[in-house]
Order: sequence, then C-alpha cells, then structure tokens
Amino acid sequence: MVYSDKVRGHYRQELDGLREAGLFKQERYIRSPQAAEIEVEFPAGAEGRMVINFCANNYLGLSSHHEVIEAARTGLVARGYGLSSVRFICGTQDIHRELEQKLTAFLGTEDTLLFPSCMDANAGVFEAVLNEQDVMIADRLVHASIVDGMRLCKAQQDTYKHANLEHLEEKLQLHQDKRHRLIITDGVFSMDGDLAPLDGICDLADKYDAMVFVDDSHASGFIGKTGRGTHEHCGVVGRIDIITTTLGKALGGASGGCVSGRAELVEMCRQRARPYLFSNTVAPVIVAGALQVMDLVTRNTERRDKLEANTAFWRAGLKEAGFDLKEGESPIVPVMLYNARLAQEFSRDLYDEGIYAIGFFFPVVAKGAARIRTQLSAAHDRRHLEAGLEAFRKVGQKHGILGMGKKEITERFGL
Amino acid sequence: MDDLKQTILEYVKHEYLDDEDEDLGYGTPLISGGIVDSFSMVSLKRFLENRYKISIPDAEASPEAFDTVDSIAALVVRFKQA
Repeated sequence: MVYSDKVRGHYRQELDGLREAGLFKQERYIRSPQAAEIEVEFPAGAEGRMVINFCANNYLGLSSHHEVIEAARTGLVARGYGLSSVRFICGTQDIHRELEQKLTAFLGTEDTLLFPSCMDANAGVFEAVLNEQDVMIADRLVHASIVDGMRLCKAQQDTYKHANLEHLEEKLQLHQDKRHRLIITDGVFSMDGDLAPLDGICDLADKYDAMVFVDDSHASGFIGKTGRGTHEHCGVVGRIDIITTTLGKALGGASGGCVSGRAELVEMCRQRARPYLFSNTVAPVIVAGALQVMDLVTRNTERRDKLEANTAFWRAGLKEAGFDLKEGESPIVPVMLYNARLAQEFSRDLYDEGIYAIGFFFPVVAKGAARIRTQLSAAHDRRHLEAGLEAFRKVGQKHGILGMGKKEITERFGL
Repeated sequence: MDDLKQTILEYVKHEYLDDEDEDLGYGTPLISGGIVDSFSMVSLKRFLENRYKISIPDAEASPEAFDTVDSIAALVVRFKQA
C-alpha cells in the first residue's frame, strides 16, 4: 500500500503542527446567498445564525443582485451550462468576446483576455511576455498569486519596499542593462487597503523605459470617480501596460479574471499563457452575469458612491470609538490589534455579537501587525454599520483597548 | 569577518528596513523574524554573489542560512573558500 501508516503519520504531524502554530484554517458554512446579512453555521453542525458580514469582497453588493441573477439565468438557458473545452478549441462563444470588449472599454485599455480566475491570469501573464533577458521589479506586498506567477517566469526577479518610489528608482537604475523592465504592483493592497502611487510609478516607468503591471482586483468597479480602478483614481488611465483583475469580487463575485492592456501583450497571453491555454473556458452563465454587471457599473455611479459614503461613515465611527486604523481610502479598513491572539479573540467576540469579521496575523501579514480586516459594501445600510460599530465598541471595551495605539496595545498584550 | 558582517548589515538595513535607524544586530533573525521574506531574499542573494564574486546554489540559499547576518557571513566565507 502506497499510502502507508508512515506516510499518513507524516501528514497528520504536519497538520498538527499547523494547529499548534494557530495557522489551521477552518471553513464556515454559509447557508444563504452572499449579502450584508448572511446565515452562518459555525462551528460545523451548530444552528445557523444571522450575522452582519464585514469580510466579503462584495464591494458593490452585486453578488446577489436580482438583475445579475436574472441575466445569468437567461444566459444559462440561451448558451448552456458548460462548454467542455478550452477557449481556443471550441470554448469561445460570442458572449466571451463581448465581455472582453466591455472590459476593455471599462478599463480604458486596448484589449482584454478572460481567464478562469485572476489567480490564473497572474500565474500566466509574466511567463507569456517576459524571458531571461528581462527583469520584474515588484512591490514587496503584492498578492501571493503574483509571487507565484513571477516564480514561473524566467525573467530576473527583484522587489522594492512597499510603495517606496525612491527604492523603486534605485532598482530601475540597477536594471538598465536588461531588455525589458516590468514594474509590478497591486492597485489596492488587500491587507492594508492602501493604494499604490501609480502616478509616481508611471513617471518612473517613463523615465527608465519600463512597463507597468497593476493587479486591480480590489479596485475594479469602485475606485476612481467612475469606478474604473486605481489608474483612474491616480489619473493614469492609458499609461498602465497590463492590468489584471477579477470578476470574483466587486464585479459580480462569481469567478473569472482577465488580463487587459496593450494589444500585443494581451495577444501574447492568448498565444502563450498556460492557464489560458490549458484550462477550461469561463462558463457561459458566469459570462452572462458579468455582462449585466458591466451594464450596472457603467449605468451610473450610485453603488460606488454609496460604498464611498459607507466607508467614510465606518472609518469615522471606528476612529471616534478609539480604534487604531490603517489610514487609506479604500473600503478595506484594517483595525490594528498587533497581537495575534488578541486578533483571534476579538474576531470570536465580534461573532458572538453578530458581526462576522476575520482576524489576520503572521504569516498573512507581518509579525506584530495582527488586525481585524473589515470590508465595506454598497449592500450595507446605515443600520448594518451602526450595529457593527456598536459591537466593535463593546468588544473593544471588553479588551480595554479603546484609545490605545500600537505602543500601548503591544505593551499590554505583547507582539 | 567584522567588515564582512558590517557590509551585509548595512545592505540589509538599506534594502529591507523602512526605518534604517531601527536597531538590527548580527544575530537578529531576519527571515523567521519577519524582516525579510523569502520572496525578497532574492535581492540579498544577488548582492552577495555580485559583491563577493561567488555563486550560491539555490539549494544552499535556504531561509535558515539567510536568517541572520552571522549565518549569511558564514555562508559567504564558505563559498569564498570553495
């Protein structure tokens, strides 16, 4: 028998190690559609209970929007459930191309290619456009999928300090001997919620003859005056060479991602990106739903405006209560607790108060930077936010941290 | 040896710390201490190879070997002698 007791014992030990280190992840079963209020079964087998959700990427509240559901239903009937093919054999329907064109227009780029997910887009894009004569220079806090994609690419890797333009400039000077230089950054950083300084990055790219890559998964649909993304917010639409983004967050929340940008670079992905070439096409039902999402986000800015107002109200409320927040403009609002155990206990206490918000700690964030990451949605109404703030105040009081900064919290709880 | 350690320490401070005045010693855990992650370690390896004209195989560039300025200096000395 290959899967011997010895082999089983090894994996059990590994898993026990994760448990002991407090790194073991457990899913919580949700019995309702994604929304501001969801029914959660936790722990497994417990009675379901309604909680207010502050940890979804459902920024625009479109995950269960009636128009999206109806369009998906219509698409399911009109174009079928699956295509049983990769894109380039017999997996491209007219609606796939239509969605790519709508994304191109929305993002202000030259062309777009759909991928099964943004994780896949990031895994495939670098290898498709760069080789060993080139260099990739990434912000140190880019998403894990970008790190994986860079590892699959033969170009030289380098990094710069988070959002630090001086350090980036040093790296660009260092790599002037390379054929192509690609600066790589997230638009909005998912753990801190801060925005990349894309205007400064584009200026440096011009100065040192580099291309710019932005993963705008936590921005597409709502950052910028009309929700186009971080490039709109920073005034650099048309200056980003490659944008990757997801349909799995604000833009409907189902699945799917894309590479969008310069026509030749997108075409290189169509010819060479392995996750595009060797995995199934995005299902017609998802494409049909996403087309309706694109219609909703271009119809008006009502939802992103509400999200912006919700974020401002939430930030002000938490600050007034005396919490230590990471500054930022995005609907990702990290409440800093610094100590990992405190973050876990805080999250559990919030859940007891009917608030679903998750604690993050090392290795997901740096050591001594544990936090509760809260995420706002246009689906939240004022009553959700008020209930959330009340719960935060109550739990903050219980742990005695209101009004405390990093120094006081770490002196009391340790790092 | 102290010169070597000082050079490495200065590089690490400049390359990885946001506040270069932050206290960092030869024995401070860099990777297990969360100061340098494995993704960013690439630039340190390249710096050592260029500066000291050595080649460190990927298998030798482990998080353990790169965890402190002391252990990095020992690695450099070993490859310079090889």
